[in-house]
Amino acid sequence: MSVIAPDFKFSKFIQSLISDVVWFVLIFSLIGFPIIMMVLFFIPMPVIDGELLTPFLAFTYLADPTRTLPIVQSFMMTDMFKIMAFPGFGFAALLAAGTIFVERKMLAKLQLRVGPFYCGKFEGILQLMGDGLKLISKEIIIPAKADKPIFWAAPVLFVASAAAFVALIPVAPGWVVADVDMGLLAVFAVIGFFPIVTILSAWSANSKFPFIGGIRALFQMVSFEIPLILSLLGVVMVTGTLNLSEIAASQSSFPWILFLPVGAIVFFITMLAELERIPFDLPEAESEIVAGWLTELSGMMYGLVQLGTYLKLYAFAALFVVLFLGGWNGPQIVPQFPMEIVTNGLELGPVTAKIGGLEPLLTELITPEMINGVLMFVLKTVGVIFFILLPRGVFPRIRVDMLLNLGWHKLIGLAFVNIFIALALVYAGVLGPGGLQ
Amino acid sequence: MTNEFLPPGLALQKADEKIMTLNVGPQHPGSGHMRIIVQIDGDYIVACDPDPGYVHRGEEKMAEYRNYITNIPHLERPVIHDSCNVLYPYVLGVEDLLGIEVTERAKYVRVICSELNRCIYTMYWLAIYGIFLGHSTMFMWPAGDRELLIDLMEKISGARVTHAHFVPGGVRNDLPPNFEEVCLRQVNYFEKRIREYAAVFYDNPILISRTQDTGVLSREDAIRLGVTGSVLRASGVDYDLRKKEPYDVYEELDVHSNVMKEGDSYARSKIPWLDMLESCNIIKQALEKMPKSGSVRVKLKPNPKGKGLNSVYKRVESGRGSLGCHIVSDGKVEPYRLKLSVGSFRNLIALPYLLKGEKLGNMPSVYWSLNYWPVEADR
Repeated sequence: MSVIAPDFKFSKFIQSLISDVVWFVLIFSLIGFPIIMMVLFFIPMPVIDGELLTPFLAFTYLADPTRTLPIVQSFMMTDMFKIMAFPGFGFAALLAAGTIFVERKMLAKLQLRVGPFYCGKFEGILQLMGDGLKLISKEIIIPAKADKPIFWAAPVLFVASAAAFVALIPVAPGWVVADVDMGLLAVFAVIGFFPIVTILSAWSANSKFPFIGGIRALFQMVSFEIPLILSLLGVVMVTGTLNLSEIAASQSSFPWILFLPVGAIVFFITMLAELERIPFDLPEAESEIVAGWLTELSGMMYGLVQLGTYLKLYAFAALFVVLFLGGWNGPQIVPQFPMEIVTNGLELGPVTAKIGGLEPLLTELITPEMINGVLMFVLKTVGVIFFILLPRGVFPRIRVDMLLNLGWHKLIGLAFVNIFIALALVYAGVLGPGGLQ
Repeated sequence: MTNEFLPPGLALQKADEKIMTLNVGPQHPGSGHMRIIVQIDGDYIVACDPDPGYVHRGEEKMAEYRNYITNIPHLERPVIHDSCNVLYPYVLGVEDLLGIEVTERAKYVRVICSELNRCIYTMYWLAIYGIFLGHSTMFMWPAGDRELLIDLMEKISGARVTHAHFVPGGVRNDLPPNFEEVCLRQVNYFEKRIREYAAVFYDNPILISRTQDTGVLSREDAIRLGVTGSVLRASGVDYDLRKKEPYDVYEELDVHSNVMKEGDSYARSKIPWLDMLESCNIIKQALEKMPKSGSVRVKLKPNPKGKGLNSVYKRVESGRGSLGCHIVSDGKVEPYRLKLSVGSFRNLIALPYLLKGEKLGNMPSVYWSLNYWPVEADR
């Protein structure tokens, strides 16, 4: 018996549900329905498939939901859908949420503990939702001497920068929010925003620990941006393009990591530093400077920064996949759809079951190639994210001087080695713009 | 009011644009129950002023109002994780004052409890050292593996943390039946487990590069500053009270004292780990040599009194170095004066010397490598 509700009876529960539904239907049909009809009378209706969308037609959608498929298809081709749902913010936020869950459970297993366990019955799967609700419900405290407009704006700017980064990532052929020819340059530009937002947030808090953390973050991001950019030049040389979709498409037979492993390693290390993950989490080193530049953020402002951090993590991992691991390319494991059934319908004795509008959707938009590409992309991204999370359980934090030494002495040198490898490959005629010669 | 009468940190100082004063603590994840006032120039620490006293409880004064037996439960409070070792010098001193002779078996039980408690304390210390360096796995593993030994102490004394197990005249209870077998099994597993820490922590290249050659305390400075315990031994001075001034049955056991010459944070953090391995060794020896049966407690008169005006000073090697207890008796049921001389406070004295000229990022590792327990230092 449940401890929370000892008097719980299933029959009563069903009874109350039914009475709720009855009351809802009654009130809606008596009051809500006439109001909706009156409102619809004054609104000009859109034309869909050459038919005027009258209320009557809208009701036929209720009787036959398959008639909405052309509307769904046209909606999926809008920019709005791409930005909000797939492959933009919604998709990235979903993967980021999954990342947080996997991180907590994996780290817990590594450290001989359970991790989130109770929230959501199964292995604490709803813990993230609980944490989010907690953050939303908390009071936002602004330091008295803070520069308030900038302090308010910084978390929003952080999420906006991360979302701009996400928008540049091609997930499957044609599935990218912003398919710009200067894609990689745009990525560098967006990455350049993060230190600015960080130092603005840290400085505007007008407090000592955030200030030290912000300075550290500035050091770290600026000094690691140089090896980051240099390590990606090799890929640009061998592909001859800056367009991320074309770079991904050029790896249809082999990923660039086979030819440019040094660049991939340098990019991976700089990625850890840009993401402020252990062992490079100096800007948030808690035993030295409390929480670094996040110290004065509270409530949902902190939540927004966390959201931005994980979006950024997803975007960096996806960038690694697109540049070095071949993006959406991979073996075709998704089977072809049974198109003759879709086109001609399924004959069930005397009746032929057929869904109109499904055929254009499956041939133009959601093809098996697209699903396979997304699947490959997600699998590779999750793998890269796993390797980004792993050092947290193994390494302690390093020191500022060691970090700068690593960035300026070792990684820049290795990035140049990578450029020379790429040059050698191009001049030897093995690789050239567009792939294998 | 001039500056010299104000408590540290409140004194007005001449403003220097280059120097920033940071109050690390008492509300800070990297300080413990104390405050370290750090002045930094860029990333370098130019001056450091430890400010303990936030958890002062007046243990010494309290002891003057309680008799020799009721002093036991509150005197172990300064370091509850190391409660047997904190009580050890007091109990030895009271036995000396009252003229009690302890049985052989009780002495062995005490040594076993003391070594188990040293490991429990050191594991807690190591967990915090790990998280201070940002190594969360090294926080969780020792905190979990401590449970093995805590379970053993629970079997012996009935309490998981504050045991109050040592009493003048022996220990409170005899060991539970079948204890030797269980203890040997747990300690063997514990030893195997802490040897695994080397792979993830002590041999970790990032940890070595972070802690080596930071906060170096030379042999001469260590002796001059009067540090004790693992800090002294990490600076190359072979001074372990279990060997130098053996108490109870330590002279019959083969005790090896671990010494390292470097005197840096790495050596200071490795010595307690080596000590834990040595403690496992001592426990195994003691389990072997212990008389299998016999009394563990001498019957005392109720409310024992000291004999006339008398004073006694006893010290033991605790988890944080030498821990001394000076008891002055004037023939009454309670001590006239009791003074605890603790290793934590002696080690803290070295902190301003070590941090001067270090980078801010080295502060947690140097601070916690001093094997310091804020509550014990304040008493």
